[in-house]
Amino acid sequence: MNFYLLYILVALAIFGFIAAFALFSVYAERKVSAFIQDRLGPMEVGKYGVLQTAADILKLIQKEYIVPTLADKVLFGLAPIIIFLAVYLGFVALPWAPGLVPASMNFGVFYVFAIISVEALGIMMAGWGSNNKYSLLGAVRSVAQIVSYEIPIGFAIISAVMIAQTLDLQVINQNQGVLATAPVQFLGFIDVKAVGGILAWNVFQAPHLLVAYVIYFIASLAECNRAPFDLPEAESELVAGFHTEYSGMRFAFIFLAEYAMMFLVAMLGVTLFLGGWNTPLPNIGTLKLANYTTGLFWGIFWMMAKCLTVVGVQMWIRWTLPRLRVDQLMTLCWKILTPLAFLCLVISGIWKLLLF
Amino acid sequence: MILKTAFKGLQTSWKGLVLTLKHFFEARKSKVVADVKSPNYFDQQNGIATVQYPRQELPVPEVGRYQLDVVIDDCIVCDLCAKICPVDCIEIESIKATEAIGKTSDGSVKRLYAAKFDIDMAKCMFCGLCTTVCPTECITMTNGYDRSFSLVTDLTYHFSDMTEEEAELRREELEAQLAERKAAKEAAMKK
Repeated sequence: MNFYLLYILVALAIFGFIAAFALFSVYAERKVSAFIQDRLGPMEVGKYGVLQTAADILKLIQKEYIVPTLADKVLFGLAPIIIFLAVYLGFVALPWAPGLVPASMNFGVFYVFAIISVEALGIMMAGWGSNNKYSLLGAVRSVAQIVSYEIPIGFAIISAVMIAQTLDLQVINQNQGVLATAPVQFLGFIDVKAVGGILAWNVFQAPHLLVAYVIYFIASLAECNRAPFDLPEAESELVAGFHTEYSGMRFAFIFLAEYAMMFLVAMLGVTLFLGGWNTPLPNIGTLKLANYTTGLFWGIFWMMAKCLTVVGVQMWIRWTLPRLRVDQLMTLCWKILTPLAFLCLVISGIWKLLLF
Repeated sequence: MILKTAFKGLQTSWKGLVLTLKHFFEARKSKVVADVKSPNYFDQQNGIATVQYPRQELPVPEVGRYQLDVVIDDCIVCDLCAKICPVDCIEIESIKATEAIGKTSDGSVKRLYAAKFDIDMAKCMFCGLCTTVCPTECITMTNGYDRSFSLVTDLTYHFSDMTEEEAELRREELEAQLAERKAAKEAAMKK
């Protein structure tokens, strides 16, 4: 019985985290965008507008569910649930700290990658179910984009997995720091297992993974439909894209999924390439910084710090770069990112063959 | 070829990103709200540009041409402003006085009472034609721009200082005078 209670508690904890993160990051996004554009952003609700997003969600909760007369009611109602669940379930396999992972599974990378592609289905259902040309156009663009960018993102992930030699996210994390069970080699030949820190991260174990991470990062922006790849919800062209017809809590859930997705792709990237919950501080001689700063709470701290930095960069990019055209989007994916990611994959293979 | 394109893409993106990052860090300070006439106005190039309006206000020139104002004591109720108004936002009702009421500040003789002098600021398009035709310069544009109301009817400004009873009294006086004149005329005809 306690067994199930724990399950429910874990699920609630993840949901609570997603909700809190969405509230925080919407506020952060509005402030970041404002500062970049020499504005002040929300200032009226609470000191410096800190309660702005709380007020927004209160408003959304009170709003009416409007269903268009000609909408496909079943698809329309199910879509936000599927979109949210796809992202929500993705969090299940991601490790937070040594020994702290909601569900430890030996195919974690594969599971996360598979479950977040279900989001495309939800988006298609939302676009088709709304019976609105803007929604449908947005959904078609979104699905085309997500399916295309899964190729480079997949190659980039595989090149990291080939270096790590495992699909278990917790083991991948472990092998990038002082708790490693496998050999850890900086740049492939200097043993840094006892030193740990930033030198043991995957991107420094095999430097071509830095390129792979950049590819992963660019493709992940497209996966979560963020600028400069926000064609599915291009405000200036498609009203709001696939969620044009949504209101109230249904809209809130689509929005929640969008921000949760940002954190999810950041977390997956951090886990695969940037050392996950491992500390960036190395052991220097008798000063065992890496050993001091590894542990349950340190793990959560480093994970949050790294992910929030990546999310910050996502916001920074969103408010800097203009939206790509559809053909440019596809050119970038198929003609640049895919070959480069494939190159990384090949280098990973050769790396593993020659160095071990 | 691919590498060159990819490198160029990253390089140009980085250029833009540096620019926005610079603005992001410059947002620590705000521009001081200053009059455009102040000598160092154009020295403030960086920082947050927002003016938090109800709490901060941009200084406007004293001779600003915003909302209309009427000094009713100077008005001779000539109706020229109402006639020239392109959007008909001025409504005037005049009552002839039985004798000259007085003089305006520039010496024109007032012979009409303004029973009603309403300007509908919701209709006004701030062209300023009424101020140019006014012979006594009693209708002017002021530097007031920030009046807001919760009722649309409040946007109609009433400038007449006559009460309804007073207007009625003046009307009766006028009628009495007219009746008197008519009687005098008839009496003259009979002779």
